[in-house]
Amino acid sequence: MYDLVTKKLASRRNILRGTAYGAAFSVGVPFLDCFLDGHGTALAATGAALPVCFGTWYQGLGFNPGRWIPSTVGAGFKNNVELKVFDPFRDKMNVISGTKYFLDGRPLETHTTGWQIASMGAIPVGVNTGPSLDSQIADVIGTRTRFRSIEVSIGGGRQSFSKRAGSATNPSEPSPASLYTRIFGPEFKDPNAAAFTPDAMTVARDSVLSAVKDERRELMKAVGAADKARLEEYFSSVRQLENQLSLEMQKPDPLPACTVPGTVEATKDGPDVPDAEKNAKIFGRLMAHALACGQTRVVNVMLGSNGLHSVGSQQTWHSLTHEEPVDDKLGYQPEVTWFINWANARFVEFLKELDSVKEGQGTVLDRMAILWQTDHSYARTHTMDALPIMTAGKAGGRLKTGMHISLPGDPATRLGLTMQQMMGVPLKTWGALSNETSKTVTELLA
Amino acid sequence: MRSFLSRTAAMALVFAAAGGLLACSADTSKQTASAPAAKTTAVAKDAVYAPRQLTMRRLSGEQYQNVIHDVFGPTIELGGRFEPDLRVNGLLAVGSGDVSITAAGIEQYDLMARRIASQIVDEKRRDMMLRCKPANVAAADDACAAQVMARVGRILYRRPLTQTELQAYVTAANVGAVKTKSFYSGLSLSLAAMLSSPKFLFRTETAEPDPDHAGGWRLDAYSKAQQLSFFLWNSGPDQLLLDAAESGKLNTKKGVAEQVERMIASPRLEEGVRAFFIDDFGFDQFETLTKDTTLFPKFSAQAAADAQEQTLRTVVDLLIKNKGDYRDIFTTKKTFITQELGAIYKIPVVDTLPNGAPDTWQAYQFPADDPRGGILTQVAFTALHSPPGRGSPTLRGKALREVLLCQKVPAPPANVKFDIVQDTNNPLYKTARDRLNAHATNPVCAGCHKIIDPIGLALENFDGAGAYRTTEQGARIDTSGSLDGVNFTTAAELGKAVHDNPNTPSCLVSRLSAYALGRPVQEAAWLEDLNKRFAAYGYQVPALMREIAESDNFFAVKPVETKAADAAAVPAKEAR
Repeated sequence: MYDLVTKKLASRRNILRGTAYGAAFSVGVPFLDCFLDGHGTALAATGAALPVCFGTWYQGLGFNPGRWIPSTVGAGFKNNVELKVFDPFRDKMNVISGTKYFLDGRPLETHTTGWQIASMGAIPVGVNTGPSLDSQIADVIGTRTRFRSIEVSIGGGRQSFSKRAGSATNPSEPSPASLYTRIFGPEFKDPNAAAFTPDAMTVARDSVLSAVKDERRELMKAVGAADKARLEEYFSSVRQLENQLSLEMQKPDPLPACTVPGTVEATKDGPDVPDAEKNAKIFGRLMAHALACGQTRVVNVMLGSNGLHSVGSQQTWHSLTHEEPVDDKLGYQPEVTWFINWANARFVEFLKELDSVKEGQGTVLDRMAILWQTDHSYARTHTMDALPIMTAGKAGGRLKTGMHISLPGDPATRLGLTMQQMMGVPLKTWGALSNETSKTVTELLA
Repeated sequence: MRSFLSRTAAMALVFAAAGGLLACSADTSKQTASAPAAKTTAVAKDAVYAPRQLTMRRLSGEQYQNVIHDVFGPTIELGGRFEPDLRVNGLLAVGSGDVSITAAGIEQYDLMARRIASQIVDEKRRDMMLRCKPANVAAADDACAAQVMARVGRILYRRPLTQTELQAYVTAANVGAVKTKSFYSGLSLSLAAMLSSPKFLFRTETAEPDPDHAGGWRLDAYSKAQQLSFFLWNSGPDQLLLDAAESGKLNTKKGVAEQVERMIASPRLEEGVRAFFIDDFGFDQFETLTKDTTLFPKFSAQAAADAQEQTLRTVVDLLIKNKGDYRDIFTTKKTFITQELGAIYKIPVVDTLPNGAPDTWQAYQFPADDPRGGILTQVAFTALHSPPGRGSPTLRGKALREVLLCQKVPAPPANVKFDIVQDTNNPLYKTARDRLNAHATNPVCAGCHKIIDPIGLALENFDGAGAYRTTEQGARIDTSGSLDGVNFTTAAELGKAVHDNPNTPSCLVSRLSAYALGRPVQEAAWLEDLNKRFAAYGYQVPALMREIAESDNFFAVKPVETKAADAAAVPAKEAR
């Protein structure tokens, strides 16, 4: 197990001491969280620390070279022109420049390979892809919430980079109204409600699921190894369902910052910019509420960059990156740059939503770590080096922020490794071939 | 259940009658003249023997829906959303053997299952659906629960339940009844649990030693039944097919042939043929297709739905109703049209229904000299392979090569500038052809564009939403080109060139067999054999489906690892 984790986890005494306080640990927070969360804000009701949360923001098509890398490294850096919009959050963010995706002689599947390395640390062979980093993290911090993770896409349909073992993709929710029903619909139990009566139907569903458990499990004996992995994934999904039922049968611990958002009207969820903009805003609000209400601890946002399209234009953002001429005077592609600015504004808006939910002295953003990644640093020529990466949030004090870190020539997977370790995934190394790394970005660790 | 059983029995009679009629009215010259020839050209069976791995395929959304509607009637509402499918080797059917079910997916399956189950036990339906009544509606009832679960289980699991399985579902119904103080609520929860069981959601297969191939394995009779029904009907086996499995008839060539004949003669074959072409043509991509409504105001959501339906109707009418030649789908002037499509095709469609009524379909034939003809000129093809704001000769050419001719087009290389293709203001390059020609002066790009562009440019008379045009920015559009050495000047002639291309039928053989088996078929001898048979039958698709369904390879599986083989073959057998 990695040092950081060991250092903070190894003390068995701490665990025992923790449990001795009894109530402190009955909040539905895994032990791991409680330990790692030394700097977090404590819950007024119980004294237990609020758990850390994790998020990914995948925004394709990169930035313009020369317009985003800050001129100085370390703390106190100034955002370059394309990242200026992040100034209000500079002290809760990091900008990481210089890293690469390595192809190791494999063909470059443009706009695919980069994502695979960013999310899974490797270019998969065949269709059986490994789990993505957010899934690994969700398996550690998301096992006791109603939703192990929540995926949304802004104008990207049901596409998602959140993968589990056994070729299962956690599909994105493209519609805010559906996400609202899924989280805050009839099955939502308000943690702050005074009265609690378990629903008889929920209790019955739980018993019925137990009654057929062995019958289902039997199928494992009848299939080969590859299909076993796929069935394991099915059973792991069923466990989330069982977990949801068991949570619905208990009175949830109060979460003072939790408020239920107002109902969401149905919206159009295509890749047209006005629809995407509207939906991004609602998604941000819903995810902030879901995190504050303890419904999930992992959120994955996929900005459907490639297909995004301004009304009345013949081109999508993706086709513009390849086909729009560079403006001689400006030195960049103006319409592409419009899209980059538009997308960055969506990310800022998301951060604002998370930061607006106050929890004691901090905010939801303060106990989160969000990893921002992209597929190509410069989409016009499909470059795979000098990649922009950002982090946002302070992970309850585990993540140091306010820095520009330059890692020239290093594998981008160093960030994925660092984030997983920070969230308690027991990993020494991550990635494959040249994308494999054991070098944690220690500058980021508090 | 009564309704289902009586419905099936009634349908069986209809099928039998229809089968007879179809057999009589079939084009006998083709059937009798070429069928024996095809049989006699058959290669020695061992030369084409191509066993595959056992697969575990996830039901597609359509298959799930078809099964539910077959068992419980078409008025049952599903009201959920399925997990996205995975395209592998160009087909979702192949990807279905690679996918699993995620947490978000199981939530949806669970929700759908509970909705379906509650409709079945609903007061209005229960007497019709269920054959028994509990002694006391407020308590558990073993006997009635067992009767229902055994019947439903045989259809959903596509084989009889084992004693252990049945007991689990009876127990589930009982605990549910006790907790809710209602027999029907308990039964409903037990039904819902079966509907989200992996044994229903995944099509697993069981192998047994194959007496016809020493040392080889084949699917057991129930696995054969499901393989047949999902291929030919895109749904689970009906009672007659399960009966044939139970009686052992499916273990004989004659028994398989009888069932295949019955299934091919059934009107449900249309469902199977449609399912293949929806997968083959990639119509699932319509789900995420958008058109800029300011540029293409006529391309509404309804028009997109109608466009797919138009192509499917064209294909089904030609291939099933008229027992036509597959290659004619690229040249036929016959199609079907709605008012919504009429607006794009600029054809006046008179519809006498009141405003707001669903579009009605009318048969339509393009005049002989019309530039339209064949599915390549239909909106579903030209619009699907175009970005939101314009047409794309490259995307269309690539789709034609890859989907219809089975030729792989490599991905574009890195570090390429595309500026010139975009710059529509350049007075030198007014049309897509001008711009692509300029772009293809780059030797890195030229190789691929040479094989994609000429065929894509032939469809430039159709804009990004499929409407006809003759000029782009005032310049006349030149649609001439060549396909594998055959020159053409119009889209109609391109259709003829595709019709005559030898890759056209062999590509269908390759994709249809991969679709049937859930894996790409690479055994050259078997493919060659199927190609010969397809040609001998005058390229009739149902005949090709029959050849695949009746071939040994449809059921032949590889000897699995010893332990898995034992597990696969033995317990299921014993339990039954």
